[in-house]
Amino acid sequence: MSKFSLLVARDLRLALRQGGDAAMVIGFFVLTVILFPFGVGPEPQLLQRIAPGIIWVTALLAALLSLERLFQADYEDGSLEALVLLPLPLEAQVLAKCLAHWLVTGLPLTLVAPLLGLLLHLDLAGYPALVLGMALGTPILSLLGAIGAALSLGARRGGVLLSLMVLPLYIPVLIFGVAAVEAESAGLAARPHLLLLAALLLAALALVPFAAAGALRQAVE
Amino acid sequence: MSEPAFPIPADRAAAGFAGAGLACRRGERLIFSRLDFALKPGGALILVGPNGSGKSSLLRLMAGLTPAWRGRLSWDGADIAADREAHRARLHFIGHADAVKPALSVEESLRFWAGMRAGAGDEPRDSAAVLAQFGLETAARLPCRYLSAGQKRRLALARLIASPAPLWLLDEPLTGLDRDAAAQLLAAIAAHRRQGGSVALSTHAPLDLGDAAELSLAAFRPTRQEIGEAVEA
Repeated sequence: MSKFSLLVARDLRLALRQGGDAAMVIGFFVLTVILFPFGVGPEPQLLQRIAPGIIWVTALLAALLSLERLFQADYEDGSLEALVLLPLPLEAQVLAKCLAHWLVTGLPLTLVAPLLGLLLHLDLAGYPALVLGMALGTPILSLLGAIGAALSLGARRGGVLLSLMVLPLYIPVLIFGVAAVEAESAGLAARPHLLLLAALLLAALALVPFAAAGALRQAVE
Repeated sequence: MSEPAFPIPADRAAAGFAGAGLACRRGERLIFSRLDFALKPGGALILVGPNGSGKSSLLRLMAGLTPAWRGRLSWDGADIAADREAHRARLHFIGHADAVKPALSVEESLRFWAGMRAGAGDEPRDSAAVLAQFGLETAARLPCRYLSAGQKRRLALARLIASPAPLWLLDEPLTGLDRDAAAQLLAAIAAHRRQGGSVALSTHAPLDLGDAAELSLAAFRPTRQEIGEAVEA
């Protein structure tokens, strides 16, 4: 097994054994979306109109919930020091940790989203764009979040600081994610929006490892 | 500020790990300066000094975790800054924290770190034998959350022999260890040195490593002028 997959496997194993994080993210996502019909009333037209926005905003917040732990546990128990000192480039380790994070948060969020769409009377034409958009968008959430998680290491109340740093960066993902679903429902093509999400994902894949690795080196110095 | 050149004296340049003119700054505070050391293959260096004199800082600097404020480190005469990854591949650093995950078992934990450090041609070492060397063979299947502080320390030290590396940097390795474990550590260090490995460690307890050199950090307190320069820089 390569060192990259060894690190992914270890993070997955930790996440699944401790269980809490992944289940909490999905629980938060589902419960928060369920609150909206109670809050704004059950009229199908209204819910249908706001469904893409609700699902995407809630998914952003749910992903944010789990980010604080991305490097925090390793930082506290000294593992981060040992990871930084491995012969494997830290940039590759950042990608491995993001991949593991996405597999236990972003992927389940993507799979649950259509079910919540049913609950909110989401227009039938919007489902493919919702799932594709989430599949492209949630990895960006994990990647951008890694920068925030690395920068907030060692800070008091790091979770709040992390939200303040990362949420503004999530705005483009939100815009194109929602626009893709709404375009499909309005009979337009979702393709341009999905392509823009794909471009954002590629840019994040290329740039995030360097930024996050720099922040991690700073944190263990 | 221009960095002064720190030539490694010819008698040290040949083989091993050496530092010349090292100074370490944490925040605005200069901790030590003008520090030279040489660690030959098979050699051992014991760092002594009162709390806060910079033993841990020097070990972190040797590992490359913290950059040196002044001076340079070299391995076999070549500056380590030239190839950081090669330097990381040749060292084991065991700091104050044990890097032990409560949810992983003892064996999984050891396998993970050994796998992450394994070189291309390394034979994987038998983890049961490695654990037995530190008296952890009966705890192999146990999740690490059930380990005592001393057992966690033993597990951290077992990483040293789970994958080979010529340079060991140990920060207070005896903390929390009972007499048996301390003896096992000394035996591991002796075996490591017989194979040409070198070790630098900090300690407060008297430690018998035979012909180890002692480096007293108290001798490298910065001068008033250097402290001023460190604040200004």
